[in-house]
Amino acid sequence: MSLTNLEELTAIALFGIGFTLLLLDRNLIKKILGFSMTDSGIYLFLAARGYVAGRTAPIVTEGVQAVEAYVNPIPAGLVLTGIVVSVASTAVMLALTFRLYRSYHTLNLDEITNLAGKEAD
Amino acid sequence: MARIRDDTGLNARQRFLRWLLEGDDALDQALADGLDAPPPRPLPSPRAVPVPAAPDPGQRRRERASRWLYVCIALLLCVGIMGILLRTAADLPAFGRADNPTNNEVPARYIEKGLQETGAVNIVAGMILDYRAFDTLGESNVLFVAACTVVILLRLQQGDGHRLPRSVAEELTWEPRHDVILQTMASLLVPLALMFGLYVVLNGHLSPGGGFSGGTVMGAALILYLAAFGFEKAERFFTFRTFRAVSVCALGFYALAKAYSFFTGANGLPSVFTPGTPGALFSAGLIPYLNIAVGLVVACTMYAFFTLFRKGDV
Repeated sequence: MSLTNLEELTAIALFGIGFTLLLLDRNLIKKILGFSMTDSGIYLFLAARGYVAGRTAPIVTEGVQAVEAYVNPIPAGLVLTGIVVSVASTAVMLALTFRLYRSYHTLNLDEITNLAGKEAD
Repeated sequence: MARIRDDTGLNARQRFLRWLLEGDDALDQALADGLDAPPPRPLPSPRAVPVPAAPDPGQRRRERASRWLYVCIALLLCVGIMGILLRTAADLPAFGRADNPTNNEVPARYIEKGLQETGAVNIVAGMILDYRAFDTLGESNVLFVAACTVVILLRLQQGDGHRLPRSVAEELTWEPRHDVILQTMASLLVPLALMFGLYVVLNGHLSPGGGFSGGTVMGAALILYLAAFGFEKAERFFTFRTFRAVSVCALGFYALAKAYSFFTGANGLPSVFTPGTPGALFSAGLIPYLNIAVGLVVACTMYAFFTLFRKGDV
């Protein structure tokens, strides 16, 4: 066990904060914020795993095509995919929250559950 | 700036915000009247829910106990997951070392052969739009489907917006019309931002960037234009029809282009789109065209998200 992976540990701390917010906060907007934070933690983790000290971004410069010159390009592509999907899912979640607020005039999940339960009765 | 005030003493912006956040029975009724379909069920509102009698102490205690139980389980889950993940991360190979298992033969292949095989100087662009282009098509589709879902959830005017009472329509599109600072800065920045976005999209195979980042910059420029000059001017060039046409054409072009390249690639046929001279603007086979398609989808989707949340229509 070593503590040389501070970047990965930071990413996991970010993930944990977001996950805790997602589970424990009753406010829907803050849940969405927490969800976005877990996403950011995962991106930071992927980017940190792809980094190689002393190498540059994977864009071929001056015809150099040696592996020793560039960092790993795969995490960059994965993070790009992840960012797009998280934008899409955040938009859908916000739109659903918008509709819930217009119907129930509150963002508190407990109150919404309560009101929905009373309607069903 | 003249402001319309009604009997509640709120100006138009406050009234619009109140409608946005709390709903408005008058508007809901107007919408119900404006539709040909049978009026939808009125939106449930707390005003319609009878005030409940105070719950008996036993029920309240049970509710508090279940809430407490939930918090305990959630905390345990969070702490447990964090502990496992942190412990695992501490055992990972060290950060930034060249001999980490993630730096295996796959990135080596992309770096050593990518330029010859795809023609893209930007190895990441070559990877996501050539080696893994099918994945990127799915990604653009996720964005498009999300935009469609938001349209379904938030679009108010079903085809015929003129039936909304004028006061309601005015409130929906309320905006600052004579904001000199905003308009001056926007007229300076919008062309620059659009040009920069276009540059990032067109040079996606040569430099950092590509369809997604450049499309976002272009979308931001459109949003700035809309915020500064209002819907009337923005609707001269961007309506729901534009959004639909551009998105569908771009995604269709992407799918057809990739189908062509899969067909030629799988059958060993020569493709019209050759890697060309690396570093030239029109090189790297299909990648610049795919970048343009992705950039258009992303720019339109960003703008559509903004207008849908802003006024309930594109």
